[in-house]
Amino acid sequence: MNYFTTIGLEVHVQLQTRTKMFCACRTDFGAAPNTQVCPVCLGYPGALPVINQEAIRLTVMTGLMVGSRINPWSKFDRKNYFYPDMPKNYQITQFDQPLCLGGAVAIDCQGQSRVVRLTRIHLEEDVGKSMHVRDQSRVDFNRAGHPLMEIVTEPDMHSPEEAFAFLLALKQILVYGLISPCNLEEGNLRCDVNCSVRPEGQAALGTKTEIKNMNTFKGVHQALTYELQRQVAALAAGGMIVQETLRFDTDRGVTESMRTKEDAHDYRYFPDPDLMPVALSAEQIKAWEGMLPELPRQRCERLEREYALPAYDAKVLAADKYVADFFEEAARGAANPKTVSNWMMTEMMHLLAEKELEIRQVKITPQALAGLIKLVESHAINGAAAKTIFAILFDKGGDPAVLVGQLGLAQVSDIGTLAALVRQAIDGNPKSVSDYKAGKEAAFKFLMGQVMRLSKGKANPQIVQDLLKKQLSV
Amino acid sequence: MAEWNELTVHEAKARLDQGAGTARELVETLLGAIRARDKQVQGYLEVDEADALRQAEAADALRKKGHKGKLLGVPIAVKDLLNVQGQSCRCASRILEGYHSPYDATAIARLRAEGALFVGRANMDEFAMGSTTENSAFKITHNPWNLACVPGGSSGGSGAVIAADEAIAALGTDTGGSVRLPASFCGCVGLKPTYGRVSRYGLTAFASSLDQIGPMTKDIRDAALLLQVMAGHDGMDSTSIMAPVPDYAANLRKDLKGMKLGLPKEYFIAGVDPEVAHCIQQAIRHCEGLGATIVEVGLPATPYAIATYYIVACAEASANLARFDGVRYGLRVKDATDPFDMYTRTRAAGFGTEVKRRIILGTYVLSSGYYDAYYVRAQKVRALIRADFEKVFQSCDALLTPVAPTAAYRLGEKTADPLQMYLSDIFTASVNLAGICALSVPCGFTSANLPVGLQIVGPAFGEETILRVGFAYEQTTDWRLRKPDVG
Repeated sequence: MNYFTTIGLEVHVQLQTRTKMFCACRTDFGAAPNTQVCPVCLGYPGALPVINQEAIRLTVMTGLMVGSRINPWSKFDRKNYFYPDMPKNYQITQFDQPLCLGGAVAIDCQGQSRVVRLTRIHLEEDVGKSMHVRDQSRVDFNRAGHPLMEIVTEPDMHSPEEAFAFLLALKQILVYGLISPCNLEEGNLRCDVNCSVRPEGQAALGTKTEIKNMNTFKGVHQALTYELQRQVAALAAGGMIVQETLRFDTDRGVTESMRTKEDAHDYRYFPDPDLMPVALSAEQIKAWEGMLPELPRQRCERLEREYALPAYDAKVLAADKYVADFFEEAARGAANPKTVSNWMMTEMMHLLAEKELEIRQVKITPQALAGLIKLVESHAINGAAAKTIFAILFDKGGDPAVLVGQLGLAQVSDIGTLAALVRQAIDGNPKSVSDYKAGKEAAFKFLMGQVMRLSKGKANPQIVQDLLKKQLSV
Repeated sequence: MAEWNELTVHEAKARLDQGAGTARELVETLLGAIRARDKQVQGYLEVDEADALRQAEAADALRKKGHKGKLLGVPIAVKDLLNVQGQSCRCASRILEGYHSPYDATAIARLRAEGALFVGRANMDEFAMGSTTENSAFKITHNPWNLACVPGGSSGGSGAVIAADEAIAALGTDTGGSVRLPASFCGCVGLKPTYGRVSRYGLTAFASSLDQIGPMTKDIRDAALLLQVMAGHDGMDSTSIMAPVPDYAANLRKDLKGMKLGLPKEYFIAGVDPEVAHCIQQAIRHCEGLGATIVEVGLPATPYAIATYYIVACAEASANLARFDGVRYGLRVKDATDPFDMYTRTRAAGFGTEVKRRIILGTYVLSSGYYDAYYVRAQKVRALIRADFEKVFQSCDALLTPVAPTAAYRLGEKTADPLQMYLSDIFTASVNLAGICALSVPCGFTSANLPVGLQIVGPAFGEETILRVGFAYEQTTDWRLRKPDVG
């Protein structure tokens, strides 16, 4: 029997505000434990929350980017439950009046374009981090109170691949909108995954399970793949799915139960009396609308148009805001944008993938790449030398012109010097010479390579080619 | 000449300003009175004498440098619920054993900026839950007028130390009557400001939508002065209101000409003690004599106020008190096996019976399936109560009512019956639900020589009006001049 899959996501995104959701503490990642705390975010007696307006703005901007309706009157509620990493033992969140309602994110998956609808986007506060050291538990409250935006989707995804594609598309939008850096390793983006299966032909959705707190996209894909297979196998064997909350064990690659529906919390939501409702005027929303940044799709079209790039190049570059930023800055200083794109698409992407880095982590500047391209175009260096220099710039930064001098990679174009090297190559390889004369084209390439080797890679290949042809035809 | 500790804020300040003594002398005298009397009264949980003297000396030094603070050198007793940097702030609860405030409440910071000294942590009902101060985890406070009687609550320590001249002035907090009731029982002035008038930042929350800090003083002028200093918008409290603070002292006059005062008929009912009723009637006639027009008005939602109050207050308290869990500060039981074991055992050991009762009540009314029937309905009734007051204030400047149905009763008299105890708030809780202002001013004594308070209720931001009424009444009567005989 065939089974039909239904997936919905709840994505938690840390907003890139300088200060926390309800107090003036900094949000810097990686500070020493409990150094970015105050009476408010530690839940001290008498401390009160005050809304971070920048967090409201970023959430509304997100809503505007994905086409949500912005709620002109929203409010904050208390969600009650006890946990050591939660200072007040209630979380300030939005229950029935979120900031944004509806909206949609377009995804590309396996060659098809689809739309995943959103239910809502609301704002809440993050909790601290528990750490367990042998028989001790410790809590770091630096993260407690970090503004956290929750994006809830409709159950619109039907495969782990679609869930993965949704997360990629959402991340693109959030990075483009300067909403969140979306650094997964810093926990900027975490999600809960709801999924169910039902036999083909059955109208009602199957019983769902929820996998909590996934913090990598790959993990979401793996967990879903496992969980959906588990559900199908259970149903196929005549069993039933228990509605439960699961965690994914990445080491073993399996989901395991945290709690079932029976011991679900009663969160006793009620409006937080410490906070006034958030009223947003039409003028305010309009003003923010005017500040909306260019989105990935718009940028892709613009790169194609403005830089005369092939559609494929534009799409690859626009996929990452910072790659596209880098490209545009480098292209500004280069004669031919396509040449810049070629470097980005080949050397840059290759090294980023190989070293598992983001473009903002590398040392090469857009100006350095533009300079490097100029050196090639003016025949100051050849392509091979340029690649060597690129790799150095990538790791260490610097000025390409200075590197050319330091490394002695300046291109040799002196006819006399090159003619001597060509002679040397012909004299040293009589077999190749006779092969060439017998019509074997490969022999010419070999001889070219020999000359380049003798020049330590610095020979001007165009001149070498001319000289070689001339001397072999003698 | 009166002793330092017997003075009002204005008198003490004048004496200091004239150079007739120093803050150190004032505080020394006050500490002497506390040593002599607090064994009987038990109004303070803690008095750090060395710290009090240090603060006094610092004030004297500032005065030499020309500091002109409105309260320079004046000591104020602080209800144990308010955070004063460096002082303990246990809220009269075992669960906050060992907690010391890392910061000043905004009201405290504003008083401090005017040179006030913070001397003594006043006893209270644990987390302000109670009407007699008998719910303190640490001690029973006695009413200075009759040591066998309660001082009222929950700010009973503050009221008792004022009455016994163990303080010049004090701060209380009022969630359902906790400033006005002890003011009435102890014979002092107690003011509950409009919700949002005084910042709640640093006031350990009992019920966030009802709590306000209020002055407890020996006369109306002192209450006006303390309110003047504490009032005004605070960026740290989202519910504090951005409205200008009038000059409260400027409008105090000794007549009530042209004022219309309402008597809500729901507050003049059979259950009121006849002696209390008599005092209130006398006070009403007195106000009439000062030129006020008296009219009867109706507040029809009044019978629902107590039920509504206990639902709203307990619901909010159940969440507000969740933070006392043993993780970050205060009491933590030893040898817990896991976090939930730690929570349950710490909270079982740390909270008293009344606090537990209210947390359970509040948890219940917010629970899935009961939320609409209790919490949502209470909010609707609250809106009706508010509308009632808005309506009567269209035709009245202020209302006159009893503060409580009785004068102070005997210790232990109502502890067995929480419902009876809850009725102590019957005339005060509506004011908190409506978010308006009210004060208690002494208006007579029962035959047993126990003070009776007159409640003057005003509209939102009507503090100027109720202080004016209170001042005219107070200055033309001499109830405030009577003192209890303690020790």
